[in-house]
Amino acid sequence: MTERPSLAVIGAGPAGLAATVAAAALGVRVTLLDSAAEAGGQFYRQPAAALRAGRPQALHHQWRTWEGLRGGLDAQVAAGTARHLTDHHVWLVERRTSPGAEGFTVHALLGPEQEKPVEVRADAVLLATGGYEKVLPFPGWTLPGVVAAGGAQAMLKGALAVSGRTAVVAGTGPLLLPVATVLAAAGVRVAALVESADPKAFVRHSRALAAQPGKAAEGARYAAGLLRHRVRTLVHHTVIEAHGTERLEAVTVAALDSTGRVRPGTGRRIPCDTLAVGHGMLPHTDLAETLGCRLDGLDVQVDDEQRTDVPGVWAAGETTGIGGAALSLAEGHVAGRSAAARLHGTAPDPRAWTAAAKSRARLREFAAALDDVYAPPAHWTDQVTDDTVVCRCEEVTGGAVREAVTELGAGDLRTVKLLTRAGMGWCQGRVCGPAVAGLAGCALTPSRRPFALPVPLGVLAHAGESENDDQ
Amino acid sequence: MSSPLDLARARPGPAFTVTLDGREIQALPGQTVAAALWAAGVTSWRTTRGGARPRGIFCGIGVCFDCLVTVNDRPNRRACLVPLHPGDAIRTQEGTGHDD
Ligand SMILES: Cc1cc2nc3c(=O)[nH]c(=O)nc-3n(C[C@H](O)[C@H](O)[C@H](O)COP(=O)(O)OP(=O)(O)OC[C@H]3O[C@@H](n4cnc5c(N)ncnc54)[C@H](O)[C@@H]3O)c2cc1C
Ligand code: FES
Repeated sequence: MTERPSLAVIGAGPAGLAATVAAAALGVRVTLLDSAAEAGGQFYRQPAAALRAGRPQALHHQWRTWEGLRGGLDAQVAAGTARHLTDHHVWLVERRTSPGAEGFTVHALLGPEQEKPVEVRADAVLLATGGYEKVLPFPGWTLPGVVAAGGAQAMLKGALAVSGRTAVVAGTGPLLLPVATVLAAAGVRVAALVESADPKAFVRHSRALAAQPGKAAEGARYAAGLLRHRVRTLVHHTVIEAHGTERLEAVTVAALDSTGRVRPGTGRRIPCDTLAVGHGMLPHTDLAETLGCRLDGLDVQVDDEQRTDVPGVWAAGETTGIGGAALSLAEGHVAGRSAAARLHGTAPDPRAWTAAAKSRARLREFAAALDDVYAPPAHWTDQVTDDTVVCRCEEVTGGAVREAVTELGAGDLRTVKLLTRAGMGWCQGRVCGPAVAGLAGCALTPSRRPFALPVPLGVLAHAGESENDDQ
Repeated sequence: MSSPLDLARARPGPAFTVTLDGREIQALPGQTVAAALWAAGVTSWRTTRGGARPRGIFCGIGVCFDCLVTVNDRPNRRACLVPLHPGDAIRTQEGTGHDD
């Protein structure tokens, strides 16, 4: 009997699930690894099983699609064509090149303790690690009670938890709508939804936006939800300060002028105990970078088949560029089919994914339009005072970053980091990167982190020693 | 008032007791450290190394490390990821958590 070729899929969000189901159905042995205890990723994040939610769909939309994906995965697992390794935190994917043993070794740490190492070997890998939120700094953003908008959503969907009674949802981007709607449905009073985008920008892109009637309907549903919960919406407004001493007590929001500057005298204070704030998303690319995959800006570069430029490595979903769950699904489907064909030694027939390729093209265009509409206010750095903490881990202030640039001549992220320690802490610059780049007036560049997670030294010391296959 | 637990019609098993700096608080099976602390009205459980400023959840998904906390004498655990078990002892983490 010939061995089926194997594929390791990293990330069980929409992209990784679609890819797993597609590849397994085409005769590939798929190992799906994810750090979460349940499949779903960010969009379909599931409540912990022990909370025994009878109606998890109350916190979701597009539940039918999720049921299809979940059913597809279960069927492949039951048939023995796929296995799903939960609680596996992948810190490195290694490419083996020694003759006769070519392929990949995926290194992961197990469980919430993240100390026990495991290795998974596969002939090819598919990176579907999604993205994380970008939050730009302003005075008070480090106060407890100020959370990332997606973070509030994740705590709600995954842990059925909210941090307070009155929230303001602010920043920019399509994620703010579901966050405000779900918080309101969960019993939080949403005092305001503050969106910095200029409505005029939507008009500029009306054609690309109108080409997605499904998305417009989704937007309308959120709008109706907000109306029902009497959520006040302030467009072309921004948060300029969060107030409180030990925790958040209020925020000040103000109107923006046509150049993206705060209009003097328009500030108003809104009492609240939660501020859910976000300014867009960034792709997770650490694993791709250590594999040597070429990036296009901050995104993993892929061809029409979702292949990276490293042989045997595919990428799909938000790791290749932020564009939402539907785009991630389409990319995952194409990637899974392409990987299956290539692993069987044949060229895939693109006619097998015509529908997915069409929706991928449309959704990418839509994402580009959204990206333009939802750009953070042009002069957001004006809000960052010299004593505003910019790097949360190392407590580096706006003043210190500015000094590194103006007094010491730093002109890129790496130099600012060496001079100020911004980006050297636990999160390795994932949170402060965009802020430091904005303040320093330089480009946000990939940071080439050696590992995707902090790894215990004992694990590093023994990595690669075991020759045992995990199968 | 509706709560997220009501909205999702959650029927978790019986609550159990954990401690926060020695004080008893109730947690539900399946709750992370952060979820149980939020439910108990606590939003910060760490002070920073430099300015001794309070911190709690920020990213909610394991990326930012702002939510670090000491659980059963192990510092630097991410409260947004770590599930609780009966009898767990949560301690406010000061500085690096290594009692320095
Ligand atoms: C916190 C948050 C909340 C969001 N909520 C919404 C929402 O409510 N509505 C909406 O429309 N969009 C939401 N989004 C946007 C969302 O990212 C996308 O629409 C969609 O989920 C992207 O799908 P994906 O498959 O590319 O990645 P994701 O869904 O992000 O899936 C990636 C998966 O990879 C896993 N992973 C990443 N790195 C590793 C690693 N090193 N080891 C092991 N596993 C790893 C993650 O645990 C995750 O399960 C949210 C984004 C974030 C960051
Ligand atoms: S809140 Fe960011 S890591 Fe826990």
